[in-house]
Amino acid sequence: MKLDNIYQEEKKSNFAKVYEIIITMASRPSGFIGLSILIFHIILAFISPYIAPYDFKAINPTLMLQAPSAEYWFGTDDLGRDVFTRTILGGRTALTITFFGSLIALLWGGLLGIFCGLVGGKTDDIVMRIVDAFLSIPWILAMLLIVSLLGTSTEVLIPALGFFYGKGIVRVARAATHDVIAKDFIVSARARGHSNFSIIWYEIIPNVRDAILVEGAMRWSWMLLGFSSLSFLGFGVSPPTPDWGLMISNARGLMSFAYWSVIAPIVGLSSLIIGINLTADAFAKALGIDRSTKAPV
Amino acid sequence: MTEIIQKVKNLSIGFKSKKGEEILILRNISTNIKKGETVGIVGESGSGKSTLALAMMGYVKHGLYTIGGECEFNSSNLLKMKNRDLEKIRGRKIAMIPQNAGQALTPNLKIGYQIDEALQLHSDLKEEEREQKISELLNKVRLPSPETIALRYPHELSGGQQQRVAVAMALAGTPDLLLLDEPTTGLDVTTQAHVLELLNFIAKDTGTSMVYVSHDLGAIAQVSDRIIVMYSGEIVLEGPSRDILKKPIHPYTYGLLKSIPKLSLAGLPQSMPGSQPQPGTIHRGCSFFDRCDFSEEKCKSNSPQLEYLEELNTSVRCFNHKSLMNDSQVNQTVNKIKTSLQDKEILNISEVSISYAKQNLLDQVLNRISDDNPTVKDININIKKGETIALVGESGSGKSTILKSIAGLLRTKGGIIKFDQKRNLSSDLKERDPNDLRIIQLIFQNPDESLNPNHTVEEIIAQPLKLYFGLKGEELKKNIIELLQKVRLGEFYMSRYPRQLSGGEKQRVAVARAFAAKPDIILCDEVTSALDVSVQAAVLNLLQQLKEDFGTTYIFVSHDLAVVRAISDRVAVLYQGRLCEVGPSKDVYQFPSHPYTEVLLGAVLEPDPDIKPKLVAEDIVEEKPPQKGCSFQGRCSRILGDICKSEVPPWQITNSGNSIRCHIPLKELQKEQIN
Repeated sequence: MKLDNIYQEEKKSNFAKVYEIIITMASRPSGFIGLSILIFHIILAFISPYIAPYDFKAINPTLMLQAPSAEYWFGTDDLGRDVFTRTILGGRTALTITFFGSLIALLWGGLLGIFCGLVGGKTDDIVMRIVDAFLSIPWILAMLLIVSLLGTSTEVLIPALGFFYGKGIVRVARAATHDVIAKDFIVSARARGHSNFSIIWYEIIPNVRDAILVEGAMRWSWMLLGFSSLSFLGFGVSPPTPDWGLMISNARGLMSFAYWSVIAPIVGLSSLIIGINLTADAFAKALGIDRSTKAPV
Repeated sequence: MTEIIQKVKNLSIGFKSKKGEEILILRNISTNIKKGETVGIVGESGSGKSTLALAMMGYVKHGLYTIGGECEFNSSNLLKMKNRDLEKIRGRKIAMIPQNAGQALTPNLKIGYQIDEALQLHSDLKEEEREQKISELLNKVRLPSPETIALRYPHELSGGQQQRVAVAMALAGTPDLLLLDEPTTGLDVTTQAHVLELLNFIAKDTGTSMVYVSHDLGAIAQVSDRIIVMYSGEIVLEGPSRDILKKPIHPYTYGLLKSIPKLSLAGLPQSMPGSQPQPGTIHRGCSFFDRCDFSEEKCKSNSPQLEYLEELNTSVRCFNHKSLMNDSQVNQTVNKIKTSLQDKEILNISEVSISYAKQNLLDQVLNRISDDNPTVKDININIKKGETIALVGESGSGKSTILKSIAGLLRTKGGIIKFDQKRNLSSDLKERDPNDLRIIQLIFQNPDESLNPNHTVEEIIAQPLKLYFGLKGEELKKNIIELLQKVRLGEFYMSRYPRQLSGGEKQRVAVARAFAAKPDIILCDEVTSALDVSVQAAVLNLLQQLKEDFGTTYIFVSHDLAVVRAISDRVAVLYQGRLCEVGPSKDVYQFPSHPYTEVLLGAVLEPDPDIKPKLVAEDIVEEKPPQKGCSFQGRCSRILGDICKSEVPPWQITNSGNSIRCHIPLKELQKEQIN
């Protein structure tokens, strides 16, 4: 396709651009903290199976609810499993599922939003009303329904989360597109007779990409919270897989006398969400999008 | 000696670059504003004129800071004052009138309330007195029926009325100094002339000093007693208005005046090469060196100082001002345009009408437009191959609407657009075949919006080449370089992004993109109105050169009658979407002409203090064309009576082939207009 070669020419400079954006993000204190937390979590997710001191599913009835010690850093849970091991492994599933879920949300939400914004008219009206209808359904009920019908496997969770978190992106992408299509370069492309596909790919996406990526980064942290809520309710991953939501749910009854088994996963989850949030904010600022002035529609 | 109210002393304002260098926006500015005088500050965009005006009220834009010098007002330095003290001066002693009054007024507050707010802040009047003061102020700025205007919201007023309200608000505190930042730039020609006349009246009436910032020498010429010419952050010439406009002794001003098209001259003015240096790039020598026709070796390395000439009461920053002094007035030489007119008609527009009315459901289903009083109606123009035809009129006259429907971007309600006397062009873009799309290309007003900011120049120009001719690889590159050379840009521009180009360069890229399609007709929508004067002449000359090379036909939309006079072979005057007058440009600019053309011609501002605009009609804005009769009946000063209101005037043709649509017989029209 003729558009491919243009993209390749830009490839080299894209690498430099990404590098520049990351440097700008890290130059702010909040961005630096956010990036550090996020990178720490990602590295931990990669290396945790190799550094975990114990087997995450090794049950030991003699070591039930041990307080933190030199041997068991974060103590043990009600089945005598090492909380430290389970905590560092607990982020893996959440990160993977929500990362791919966000990608799906970005893709379908972004493309549908851009398409609606460009085409306008009746098509736009109908699609947006359907999106509105879906937005009004409490997502957790719908998720519970899907999960109870289809099971809690990754293949179900990723697209289901991707679908529910993509609806909001449709609106943002559509609004960003509206900003762009009023510009004369779109009129010019239309007057030349370019196809809708070519206008979207070549004229609109480069101009709305930043706004959509920032929105996607924000949705990622929300999705993480959502996914952990599902696990908490018992509809996420199934035991004995280590997962923060699941760990909090299991240990919450023991909070009064074995606080360690619940604090560790809470810290893990909240630090990751804060990290993603700060990173997304710094990312927006580095791209020149001020989220405080431009509320998502 | 008159009292000096504002003293600017050695003022330098700048910012720190990422590398930590100090970059100066204003360089060592010194000037005085006397009581009761109007000073015009003129310069191209980026010359620092707005920064200077803002500094005069003690305001330095975010990101900039004062490097040295002071702005003294009532013998206190505004730039060192605390915000609390400044608040007492701003509005009361120094008031500002912004460029875009529509954006400066709060949209959800009534006019009266907003003026009352200004009065509460800046005067000591009691509530009852304030009410009276509001209508007094509105009367002073000549708004009709102040009581009703006070109850309206900003959006219910026209652009000119909004600007008047802004003037009234500025006058609320009876300031000693009024700063005006391009106050008429966004307005229509007729409105602009009216607002300037009002400002002149207020200056005389209240004795307020004014600082008038503008890029438009025509507007400056009408209001100012003294002119300051700025170039790249420096004052290059300062002196009495008349001397500067009639006999400029700085090469920049000289060149600037030469590059402005004038009504009295047919043909293109000479352009000034190059562009203003970016802040921070001049280290040595005169900043105007590379664009100067009079430069010498010493200008390259020595920067001239501002020199005060006693006999002329003028300060000038040039080594060679003496040679210019002996040179008599500005001799404007124009490049006569060659007409490449052929007899063959290339585009026939017949009975075209366009409607913006919302369709009801039945019409939507039947896919038709029913509107008995459409926005644009009865447009009949036959355009010859190689011709430049200009559509002129105020905003809302439908000139851009017609352009859009020719390009197929807007559906017509009725009528036929025929290309090459054979093919009917469909009014729906989707039904036009690629070749029909190729033959008509557009150039837009604002190159910032018409070029995708994320594409390089190469990608921008490649688009039509790939789409229409399927070019690839080396051949594509060769074609792009050729096109860039045609618009006088070098090969190295290929990898640049639009934000790295100046306004004129961007517009050249847009021109290159239009010519890449090898079109027969190019639609130019206000192509020069976003550009600086010195750049405007260059772009017009380029368009003319390309037309001679390629034999292209131009349909040129503009509100600037002097530009139209310079470039076009034929002119069509539009009012409210109806044609008023069509004819060869030299005849349209002579009497007899349609009463509306007369109004437009009268309102043109020329950079000459001796030519004052003639204000023939009121500057009311009509929202809808009248149902019956002549389209101009609402504003016409020569209205005959009922016949104008009930019957559409007939076309009358003069001996020279100029068609005028008016009920008044041509001979009478001519007699009245010459008087």
